[in-house]
Amino acid sequence: MIAAIFSLAILGLFLGTSLGVASRYLRVEGNPLADEIEAMLPGSQCGQCGFPGCGPAASAVANNEAPVTLCPPGGKSLAGELAAKLGVEADLSDVEDKAPQMATINEALCIGCTKCFKRCPTDAILGGPKQIHAVISDACTGCEKCVDICPTECVSMKPIPVTLQNWHWPKPTLAA
Amino acid sequence: MRGLKLFKIRGGVHPNANKQATHDRNIAKLPVPGLLRIPLLQHIGSPAQPVVKLGDYVLKGQLLARPQGAISAPVHAPTSGKIVSIGKYQAPHPSGLPVPTITLKTDGKDEWTQTWEYEDPFQMEPAKIAEIVANAGIVGMGGATFPSAVKLGLRNRYQLEKLIINGAECEPYLTCDSRLMQEHAAEIIDGIRIMMHALGVTETLIAVEKNKPDAITSLEQAAGDHPGIKVVGVPVQYPMGSEKHLTQTLIGKETPARALTADLGVVVHNVATAYAIHDALRNSRPLISRIVTVTGAAIQNPGNYQVLIGTPVSHIIDCCGGLKNDPEKLILGGPMMGQPLPSTKVPIIKGSGGILALTSKEVPMKDPSPCIRCASCVNVCPCGLLPLEMAIRAKAGDLDGAAEYGLMDCISCGSCSYVCPSHIPLVQYFNYAKGALTEKQRAQHKQEEIKRLIEARKERMEKQAKAKKEKLARRKAEMAEKKKQVSETSA
Amino acid sequence: MPFINTSSPHQQNQSSVPDLMRKVLLALIPGALACLYYFGFGVLVNIVIASATALASETIMLNLRHYPVRRYLTDYSALVTAILLALALPATVPWWLTVIATSFAIVIAKQLYGGLGYNPFNPAMIGYVVALIAFPQQMTQWPVPQPGGALGLLDVLLLQLTGTLSDPAILDAVTSATPMDQIKTGIGLNRTIGEISTGALFGTVAGRGWELVNLLFLLGGLWLLWKKVINWQIPVAVLSALFFWSWMFNLYDGDLYSSPFFHLFSGGTMLCAFFIATDPVTASTTHWGRLIYGMGIGILTFIIRNWGGYPDGIAFAVILMNMAVPTIDYYTQPRVFGHQDED
Repeated sequence: MIAAIFSLAILGLFLGTSLGVASRYLRVEGNPLADEIEAMLPGSQCGQCGFPGCGPAASAVANNEAPVTLCPPGGKSLAGELAAKLGVEADLSDVEDKAPQMATINEALCIGCTKCFKRCPTDAILGGPKQIHAVISDACTGCEKCVDICPTECVSMKPIPVTLQNWHWPKPTLAA
Repeated sequence: MRGLKLFKIRGGVHPNANKQATHDRNIAKLPVPGLLRIPLLQHIGSPAQPVVKLGDYVLKGQLLARPQGAISAPVHAPTSGKIVSIGKYQAPHPSGLPVPTITLKTDGKDEWTQTWEYEDPFQMEPAKIAEIVANAGIVGMGGATFPSAVKLGLRNRYQLEKLIINGAECEPYLTCDSRLMQEHAAEIIDGIRIMMHALGVTETLIAVEKNKPDAITSLEQAAGDHPGIKVVGVPVQYPMGSEKHLTQTLIGKETPARALTADLGVVVHNVATAYAIHDALRNSRPLISRIVTVTGAAIQNPGNYQVLIGTPVSHIIDCCGGLKNDPEKLILGGPMMGQPLPSTKVPIIKGSGGILALTSKEVPMKDPSPCIRCASCVNVCPCGLLPLEMAIRAKAGDLDGAAEYGLMDCISCGSCSYVCPSHIPLVQYFNYAKGALTEKQRAQHKQEEIKRLIEARKERMEKQAKAKKEKLARRKAEMAEKKKQVSETSA
Repeated sequence: MPFINTSSPHQQNQSSVPDLMRKVLLALIPGALACLYYFGFGVLVNIVIASATALASETIMLNLRHYPVRRYLTDYSALVTAILLALALPATVPWWLTVIATSFAIVIAKQLYGGLGYNPFNPAMIGYVVALIAFPQQMTQWPVPQPGGALGLLDVLLLQLTGTLSDPAILDAVTSATPMDQIKTGIGLNRTIGEISTGALFGTVAGRGWELVNLLFLLGGLWLLWKKVINWQIPVAVLSALFFWSWMFNLYDGDLYSSPFFHLFSGGTMLCAFFIATDPVTASTTHWGRLIYGMGIGILTFIIRNWGGYPDGIAFAVILMNMAVPTIDYYTQPRVFGHQDED
């Protein structure tokens, strides 16, 4: 009886001390989860989720203040990855799985107002005042910021075209 | 000389060769079709840039499009005629996607243009040979279609010792290389000597699978007593014609992963490439035609034909007497690594060695069933991979997992699918996973670039804001100064 | 003209899963006939009951899982499981025991894990072990091997379907423990191997009847090897490991440890080495892995036979090594072309 009490007390003391020491010396600065989630997000800071950028969005997801389905450019695959990361069940049926898109400018309608390229977060639109603008496909993240601001509605989102260089075999469809 | 010590390669399969239908058929010239569709992307690298305009009249051998970038190849007119379209046309590729294509309406005169002056290749600088090969638009004709001139220029960066000529032709059905070796052995040997001069090597091994004794004999006769050129009969084992595996068979060394055979001091070229190089340097002719094996049980008259680049597949099939019966599959290349054709209107390109119209009896379609882990695929993989483990991961979408099991070391030779008792499309899983992985890496790279752009923009915005602020402050100060002066003067 | 968009290769060899399974079934025939010859009609009854149960439970499970029944039944995998299990069961077991063991094998060990190709454990051996643990008494009584069988067809049917005999007194005369079991009990009673094997149940090197049964399973296995249905590594590793260790111990003390030939030709050794351990789904897939896996089975069989609680250790050895397969496979991956020294 006494031996049991004694050993349990020693055990408690030892574990308590080590926990205390660990909490002091092994403390984690900041929320590592938020950083990890930010690395998973597209990083275009497009703001379609309602947060001012990918960083704030990531910390919101990490703190359970935003759903894992918040990122439209990330699509279903990102939502699934986030759900797996956080260990939560997510209803992915509402997530639209958009093929990666990029902005295209209808040159017939463009008046060279420069509004879109000032707005573009990645400098993906080229052009000057009174000049027709063009989109650099490698820099466009498909964030759609330029779509609404165009006074002539000449910017639209189109899927990135498939060419011989980026085509690959689809996954076999027959079940096995 | 058959006394050379050979080394064994792992795995491999022994598919039915099925070469009997065409291996005795002499190479015949195919009639020129009315329209030629000449794709500008027939090689690995960037598409060529057109230098002709719509409506131009071009002569045979005239440059149609020039190379663009370091790895690219020019395209020449296969015959004389008028350019009737410069645009996009379906590519001879399983995707059936359009590719930039020049359409030539042939005039039947087949009139040559003046190409380049003949010079004795053995008096030339090696760089000059590579330049002519580049100008002739010669690419690897075994199917890899890598620009040959780039490979001839490797002596600048590597210590080269040997040239290996790949005449293995391990793909079933195909006999185009075999026929070429029998009928044009002297030209091939001449091409090889030119390449040896360009590469600065003194030793060449011509590897031919032992099931082609006629080709071996004619090459040996043509090689005569050229010092340094040896014809080697290699075992009949698919995929003997894989560059790295052939090199291992001949010199016993494995090419390190993601390196070139040049790291071992070896350059490998196809026999048809050697022939094309001979033609370019001796006859001043660019690469405008190739030998194609047309066979399969659905073809009326199988055979080997010299076909102009750009000839539509339908024209070739018609010239072979058409189809006997409905083919189950129509394939460009061999049955092991060739690709299904999207339609018969697509053209022949520089890398197409065969057109196969196979009946359902030859290629019965079998539904896949679950993997029973029999490991037949492991036994036959020439690269030492575990195809079943890679396939599980590719199927589940775990691309990184598949890559950990060596996905990127897979050469898509098809040995695993060939033996799979469950008929699992292993190669398609790997091709899909490789493509998806590349896409992912491309997206990641784009992501990083974009992050950099965002940072740059942020910095610029901050700088602008700062400048604006400073300007404002300065103006304020100026105004205050002015005001002060005004008040001072007024006082 | 059809333009079917499937990737290369377009040519395939003739092998298929049903074909492999058919060959396995064919290769079992000589050994099974020998069983029938020595142990009587009970073997046939077992095979019929096990096959019917396997096909029925496979059908039900495939239906529940919404799989095409016809296609999956005709891969013959359920039949192979049933017949391996039937051959492993004593030829006197009651019908319900065969039904329980077989349905457990198919429903739980195979289908609940995802069906053919996904089961981590050999279904036949799981079924056998379940029966052995739950009904040890029925599972250790074998008919006395005797040409033509010790019991007539009628008696066998009576015994297996109703549990009685026309003359209950003869039951003890026609069934007994296996030679391996007798050695185990005999050793426990401080008798020597030499003394025990003078018994009526013993033949030249191993149990009477069992010798021929094992020999014919060996022949069937060699045919499978020749037909390239199985790889050589597993049978060679199983048999050589078993032979080596039993030989060593036999040299050390021949009175306590049976001869290596006794081990090779007793119980289910050959059936295991060529037909059970080589089940592709649950075996290792790499060259070295198969050797390790086979040796593990050989060694564990030897250990359980000599020091374990059961007379034969094959089923346990196979299941234990099944468990180790993922680890073995992971650490025995072949060297990839072009990677000289693995980092």
